[in-house]
Amino acid sequence: MKDFNNTIPIYIQVMDDIKRKIALGVYLPNDRVESVRELAIFYGANPNTIQRALSELEREGLLRAERTIGRFICDNSELIASCKKKLAEDAVTNFLQELTSIGLSLEEGIELIKERKGNYE
Amino acid sequence: MSNLIELSHLSKYYGKKAALQNVSLTLESGKIIGLLGPNGSGKTTLIKILNGLLKDIQGEVLIQGQKPGPSTKAIVSYLPDDDYFSDWMKAEDAIHLFKDFYSDFDENKAASLLERLSIDPKQRIKTMSKGQKEKFQLSLVMSRNALVYVFDEPIGGVDPAAREVILDIILNNYSEESLVLISTHLITDIEKIFDEVVFIKKGEIVLHRNAEELRSETGKSIDELFREVFKC
Repeated sequence: MKDFNNTIPIYIQVMDDIKRKIALGVYLPNDRVESVRELAIFYGANPNTIQRALSELEREGLLRAERTIGRFICDNSELIASCKKKLAEDAVTNFLQELTSIGLSLEEGIELIKERKGNYE
Repeated sequence: MSNLIELSHLSKYYGKKAALQNVSLTLESGKIIGLLGPNGSGKTTLIKILNGLLKDIQGEVLIQGQKPGPSTKAIVSYLPDDDYFSDWMKAEDAIHLFKDFYSDFDENKAASLLERLSIDPKQRIKTMSKGQKEKFQLSLVMSRNALVYVFDEPIGGVDPAAREVILDIILNNYSEESLVLISTHLITDIEKIFDEVVFIKKGEIVLHRNAEELRSETGKSIDELFREVFKC
């Protein structure tokens, strides 16, 4: 079970979670993705919601479906790299919005990152 | 997808008091639907009508094209909101009862569910805790290969850990061609498994929508929307 933010469509959160796993290498290119039911149980979410998340990921090219066998992670390294970049950009955007909301400048934010950098190396 | 439940202009009165008023509702197969309303809103009345337990109704009720009766009871698996087993019964007695009553009952499934929940078939139902009893009764109704599953407050009165197990049992066992209707007023824990939600207020349907559409249109959770609609 995963904790969802119930104010955002669940399928988008499932997509993001799978993208993170692709970016992190939890799912490797050509790995088979679990079945809809397995994922529904893993996420504690509605199977149609999972189906929708997988279809959208297919549409974006990150998954490919092979009839009767299942769904697989794509082996397009450029696409995986750009997916990772997009996740990073989103994280930065969120960070900047937070900074603005507490009245800090970009420079002050960068200073903070430099100060904290050691903790994450 | 096909329409499994069709209600048109359904009303039910207890004396002069209307428990349901002019309810029209169509529910399709392949979906998990939340029937949401506060206490006294008519959820249990509606569910009892679907199970042929309340007569003297106005309007039309069709389950796979048939009026509630023996033929619909054969395809509807129903979890009532109260205990209905006799005090003397052990878990295995209830299983035998279900096996005798319902031709779609899968005994092996029931046995494996009991094992998973660590319920001893020899245990008396009376001695089970509330959470255990709820999980046991749900296991029984989920062990039927039914077309329609109707659960009246399956998570009421059980702790959060037991709630997760209950959701897990539902997701693990329902078939994709079936319809699952779940009534509850505890929404946060369960809203992520709904395809559609139906809000019922004072015996009337005030909303019937796709859950994900509601989230993306309003930026709110089903729980928040529920609180807005039912604010006193």
